[in-house]
This record gives sequence, structure tokens and C-alpha cells, in this order.
Amino acid sequence: MYQALYNLTSNTIISTLIVALVPLTLILLYALFAIWLERKVSAHMQDRLGPMRTGWHGWLQTIADMIKMIQKEDTIAADADKKLFNIAPVLVFAGSFAAFAAIPFSSAIIGSEIEVGLFYIIAISSLVVAGILMAGWSSNNKYSLLGAMRSAAQIVSYEIPTALVVLTMVMYTGTLSLDKISQQQTAYFWNWNLFGGPEFGLAKFILIPFMLVAFIIMFISTLAEVNRTPFDIPEAESELVAGYFTEYSGMKWGMFMLSEYANMFAVSSIVSILFLGGYQSPFGYLGNTLGIEWLVPIEQLFWFVSKTLFFVFVQMWLRWTLPRLRVDQLMTVCWKYLIPYAVANLIIVGIVTLL
Amino acid sequence: MKEYLKNTWQALYTVIVGMKITLKHLFTPAVTIQYPDVKTPLPERVRNRLYVNIDDCIGCDQCSRACPVSCITIETVKALPGEDLGTTSNGKKKALWVTKFDIDFAKCCYCQLCVFPCPTECIYMTDVYEFSEYDRRNLVYHFSNLTEEEAAGKKANFEKFQAEKEAQKAATAKQKEDKNPS
Amino acid sequence: MALKTETMILNMGPQHPSTHGVLRLELELEGELIVDVKPHIGYLHRCFEKHAEAMTYPQVIPYTDRMDYLASMYNNFGYVLAVEKLLGIEVPERVEYIRVIMGELQRIASHLVAIGTYGLDIGAFTPFLYCFRDREKILNLFEITCGARLLYNYMWVGGLSHDIHPDFVRLTKDFIKEFRPTIKELNDLLSYNKIFIERTANIGILPLATAINYGVTGPSLRGSGLAFDLRKEEPYSIYDRFDFDVPVGQGLMGTVGDCWDRYYVRVLEMEQSLRIIEQAIDKIPDGDVHSAIPRRIKPPVGTVYQRVENPRGELGYFIISDGSTNPFRVKVRAPSFVNLEVLGELCKGHLVADVIAILGSIDIVLGEVDR
Repeated sequence: MYQALYNLTSNTIISTLIVALVPLTLILLYALFAIWLERKVSAHMQDRLGPMRTGWHGWLQTIADMIKMIQKEDTIAADADKKLFNIAPVLVFAGSFAAFAAIPFSSAIIGSEIEVGLFYIIAISSLVVAGILMAGWSSNNKYSLLGAMRSAAQIVSYEIPTALVVLTMVMYTGTLSLDKISQQQTAYFWNWNLFGGPEFGLAKFILIPFMLVAFIIMFISTLAEVNRTPFDIPEAESELVAGYFTEYSGMKWGMFMLSEYANMFAVSSIVSILFLGGYQSPFGYLGNTLGIEWLVPIEQLFWFVSKTLFFVFVQMWLRWTLPRLRVDQLMTVCWKYLIPYAVANLIIVGIVTLL
Repeated sequence: MKEYLKNTWQALYTVIVGMKITLKHLFTPAVTIQYPDVKTPLPERVRNRLYVNIDDCIGCDQCSRACPVSCITIETVKALPGEDLGTTSNGKKKALWVTKFDIDFAKCCYCQLCVFPCPTECIYMTDVYEFSEYDRRNLVYHFSNLTEEEAAGKKANFEKFQAEKEAQKAATAKQKEDKNPS
Repeated sequence: MALKTETMILNMGPQHPSTHGVLRLELELEGELIVDVKPHIGYLHRCFEKHAEAMTYPQVIPYTDRMDYLASMYNNFGYVLAVEKLLGIEVPERVEYIRVIMGELQRIASHLVAIGTYGLDIGAFTPFLYCFRDREKILNLFEITCGARLLYNYMWVGGLSHDIHPDFVRLTKDFIKEFRPTIKELNDLLSYNKIFIERTANIGILPLATAINYGVTGPSLRGSGLAFDLRKEEPYSIYDRFDFDVPVGQGLMGTVGDCWDRYYVRVLEMEQSLRIIEQAIDKIPDGDVHSAIPRRIKPPVGTVYQRVENPRGELGYFIISDGSTNPFRVKVRAPSFVNLEVLGELCKGHLVADVIAILGSIDIVLGEVDR
């Protein structure tokens, strides 16, 4: 996308700005939608209605909340470490926002076509830990501190199963570029990695159950990485009040919220890229059939967003179904269950691919 | 090892069972009542704000004595012999001016204990429940239909009458004393 | 060189999402491990017992409502039974039946809150709202009967404030029919969920001996495996006429007396309460609920202790009468207060998150703890 813009404008600054601003706007819009969706999904799952009074079925509620948050007094606790306290939400948001640079929304819309996209995303999403620790430490609040400690332990641990599954997929696809992984699983749903990848043969059918296992592990561990229920212990409301952002209010709190939703989208998109063909349509392209070339990227964008939003929905669905784990059980799940399964899966997929 | 696999299976299975239930509820109609727009009809025995039909009140103070939180304040003045206060709707003769009948709804606990002892059934609970106020002084409801001046007037009248009676009594006593000086 | 370490004191409450009101827990932590728990109570103290001395006997009833505000009917029940015992009056059959039905409905409502908030403590939000949705139906039944939804002042000495509504029997039957499947749904959604089991089984194990030593009663005691239910042991009112079981903890998912057992006893008790209501609802005899209400309650000099099986345990009223219209002393043995004392014993060696799980499984109501 940057290259295309550069060709168009022949100005590095303008094209960089546009490349940066488009995802930012998209994230903001998406966050507005996702927060509303979360409220509605949770409400209807609980036989409630959720927000109903601002606009049709309360669709303006998030905007109203945004306005409220901006107006709120920006309180900083007297004993807080002010510098770190102010930097933390920005850092957390920056970490989750930066991940969007490498995500291919469609074959034409991709911030940066780097070859090591997966590696970059895994690396950059760890930045969030630093922000969370900062927030917890600088708040000078025992609940925040406990939350931050839990969060750091959790995110660091869950990187491992994530990385192992990513490794499996990298081994299988032979590339680290998210764009290339998407391209490989082209056009029809039986070519998706979840269904054994694009190459026909015996290996494809043997691989299906292992891909399913990999998919489930990936989904669970990404869930933990974004601190969603059942792994939301860093912000466990019933224990730690609000975890690391207990002391935050107003727009700073809003930034934590924003980054949570942005993160949800980011990890969902990675899951969908790795296993469900990313922006590839499951049924072929209307644009190709009709011979309208510019329609294809739009279709791709549609498929990408719907797949990702589906996973976002599943995350919400899980959140409003499950209780939360305890901090040591969280580690048990990671080290005793996910990692052995992931390693076993890695070996089996490796052998199958080799043969 | 068996335990290990069982745990894994159970975790996944129970999660799926739970998800099935919540998904089912996603498509069942909500039970929410859109309160200020939609109000459910209240049952007939509903216990909300008290109302006093002061025309029927005989000022017997029974409700005030029954109240566990003392939220009812009643002040009465005896009617003068000549005054006719009329009767209540169930035929009881009124003999007291109810100069003050205040209920403090900030204190009221809506227990309905005041309603039952009332001999004329003039105090009862209504279905009004939306009466929040910004100032709690506004929650003191004055039910007496006499204005303050009127109440003061009645009081003064009664006091005057009382004083006259006293004076008369004193006078008769004095007369008696005068009649038989011992 | 050994590092000098200190334990951390963490104040949980009085304003904390899951201390069930205004309980303050002073936690001494070693990392996240609990070294000691000190509960501080009294934030909701309203001098019920002292107030009662200045009230006439019927005026105390609205105050009893406000102790355990999730089981107001049962608080009334215990108090009126005590005063009736003091007066030595018999109440009509109809009143007895209605009292039992109301008491059991209240038990279900109270257990629904306990179960729902327990799910909330563990982190599952949805069961909480399902429970409240069903509780609302019970509150509607109470509302058509006596006009109030939470603080009823329904049971009076010698009778009831209102007779049941003509629709009451039909609506209660409807409720029972609707409610049975939701218990099953609740079990599938929460009780048998692996994560929930992991969080509650083998946590906060209360051995039977400890439970008895601390005087724990109600579902918490039965969760430890002793079938002690005052409705069976010392039947008051007409509980001896009904056929019901006393569920006890069996350690299905872990050890006997763990949080899951205490929780599950409540789930099973709801089913038993439904059975009692079903048996009673068709047998309500005709009669006047006001006929036995004394015009003036002036019991003879004496003392009385009446205990009933409140949803939370043994609720006892000790009343001293000096022969006047006001009780000389009303002492309440509040089950929540007694059960809360065992918290410190249960929490030691567990994690912070378990404190919430244990506290929720004891199911206290701060209105009753502080009175």
C-alpha cells in the first residue's frame, strides 16, 4: 500500500501519514462498533437488551461514552509516578496499534509488506507487557501491582504456545510473510490451512485433525494474550477491582479499552490468516468471474473483516459464558496442557510435511 | 495420562455445552422492560407512597403510634363545642381539628403498619413510586388541609376557649369560696 | 545473602466488587498467598437489637426484614414464631401453609442470589443474570401477595398481613414448571463447567469437626457432609408434614466440604424447596389469615428462643419479655455472622482469588452480619 501511495504522490511523508492514519481511523471505528457489539452480545446472551436509548438499538452509545470520557477529569493519584503513569496507556495502545502495520487486510491493503510479518507481530505485541507493568507499578496501588504482575506472567507464558503454533504454521507454509500465507490459501475454503492447506494428497487429510488442534491452541493462547475471559485475571473484576488500570480514569482508561479491542482484532486476524485463509474468499471471487479486477480487493477486504469479526464475536461469546481461571491454573493450562500439545503437534506436522 | 486427556476433553466439552446455552439465549427474547417508556402494571396491593384522605381523618393518632420509624407527625386541636366538623365517610364523628399531618417519606419504610389500625381507612398506600426529589425536605408531605394561619387560628381559638374555661372555672371556684367562707 | 522480605497487607473492601456488601478483609499476603485474614465488620451496623427494645412487638417485624434482606420472609417467619411461642397462640392452618410456601419461595430466591453472585465472583457473569431473572419471578409472586418486593413485613404475629392473591396458586405452579428446566440449564452452564470446578473443588475445605466447632450452620455445614436441617431436626410450623430430602456435600468434584460442595448443596436445596411447595400448594385449607392476630400483643414475663432454618443457616431469636408491649431484649443469632467467623480458618494458604471463592461459598449477607 505504501508503495502504491508513493507511486501516486511521490512523497514519502504524505504516503507514510496516509498509511498510518487509515488503520488508526479503522481501529477507532472498529472499536466503536466492537464495544457496542460486546454490549449487545452480552446483553442478549443474558436475556437483556443492552443499550437502547441512544439511537437505533443504542448504536450511538459508545460515541456518547467517548464524549463522556473525554470530558472527564484526568485524575492522577497523589502517590503515583506521574511520568510512567502517563506514558503507560500510550505505550499499551502503541503496542497493539503497531501490530496492524503487518496485517494484510486484502491483497492491496497492507501497511507494510515485510517478509517477517509474523515475527514482527509476535515481537511487537510483547511491548504491551511493558506498558501494563508500567501502569501497574506507577499507579502505586496494590491491586494494580498484583494485576500487572499477573499480566506480565500471563502474557510472557502464553507467547510460548502461540509461538509454537506459529512455528508449526511457518514450517508448513514455508514463509513468515502474512501476505504470502494468505495468498497460498487462495480462493476456496478447502484450500485453507485449517483443512490441510492447498496441496491435494494424502498429507492433506492426515493433517486436518492436527491443524484443528493447532487452531484451538492458537485461539486459546491468543485469548490469553489479550486478557479476555477466561484468562482475564489481570483485570479480574471480582478480585482485583480492575487490575492494572484501577487508578485510571477518563481517556487514559479509554486508551486501555481501545487497545484491548484493537488487540482482539489483531489476534483474531492472525488466527484467520493462519488458518482460515485470511482475506481469501471461501467461494471464489465475483470480480474474477465477472472480469472486474478492482472488485477483488474489496471482496477480499469484506471476507477478511467478516472472518476476523467472527472471531471477535467468538471471543465475546466465550467471555460471557465462562468463569475465569485462577492465576496458578492459568499457568497450569499454559505449561502443562497447551505447550505439550503444541510441541507434539509441531513434531507430528513436521513429520507429515517432511514425508 | 488418562486423567490428563480426560481433563482436556472435559474442559473443551463443558465449554462447548456452556457456549451452546448462551448461544440459545442470544436468540431468545429479552426479559428487559424498557422502564421509563414501558411500565408494567402494578398489582393492586402494591405498597408505595402513602396517601391520607384528610377529610376522613379523625386525628386519632393510631397510625403515628403504629409507625416503627416515627415518620408520621400529627398535631390536633380540639374542636370548640359549637363547631361541627362533620362526619367521616363511614359515619364517625370528627371531634378534632387536624392542624398538622406530615409524613416524611425519607424516613418511611413502606411497611404498611400504619394502614391497618386506621378506624376510618383514610390512610392508605397508592401506586405512586416516582417521587424522588433533589432536596430531602421536599419529601415531607403535608396532608393537613388547614393552612398555617388557619391552624394557628384554631389553636388560638382553642387556647382562648381553654383560658375562658379556666377563668370560668376559677370564677366559679371563687364564687363557691365566697359563698361558704369557712 | 538472604533478602529481607515483608508480607503485604491488602485491604479488601469495604468497597470492593465482591465482598458482598461492606465487609472489609485485611489480607496479609505473601506474594499472592494468604498468610492471614482479618474480617472487619460493622460498616452496616444499624442497632437492630437496641432498636427492637424501643418498639412494640409488631413494629419489630419491619426491622427484621432489614437484617438478611435477601431472605426477609424467613426473618419474619422466625420472629413471629418466637413471639407466638411466647404468647402461646395457635395460628390457623391456612396461615401455616402460606407461611411455609412463602418461606420456601424465599429460600429459592435467596439461593438464586447466592448462586448467581457466586458465579459472578468466579467470573461468570451470565448465570448471575439468569438467576436474577428467575428471582424476579418469585419477587413478582411476593408483590402480588403483599405489595412489596424486598422488605415484606408479611408475616404477623398470629397471622399474615394479607391473604394470598386469588391468582397466587396458579402463578406459583407456573413458576415451578418454568423454573425446573432452568436449574438444569444453570448446572450445565456453571456447576459442571470445568473451569468452575477447577476454581471451587478442593478449595476452602471445611472439615466437619471445624464446622461444628465454629457453629457453622445451613448449607455451609451441610456441604461438609452433615445432614443437619432444622426443618427435619426440630420441625417448626408444619414442616413435619412434608416429604423432602436434606442434600449434603458428597465431594463429587473434590473433597467433602469444599466450595463446590457448599455451592452444590444450594442448587440441590432449590429442588427440595420446589418439592415442598408442590406438596403444600394444593393443600392450602380455607380460613381467615387474620383471625388469630391478637389485638394487643402483651406477652407474659418470660423468655423464648426460637430457631428456624434460614436459607443461610440457623436463625435464632431470643426474646425476653418483661410483660410490657415492648420486648425487653431481642437477641438474634444471625447465621451469616457465625458462618463468617470460619473464613480465616478456610483462607489460610490459599491465593487471593480463592478468598473470593471461599467468601462467596459461605454466602454471607452483611445486613445480617452487622444487624
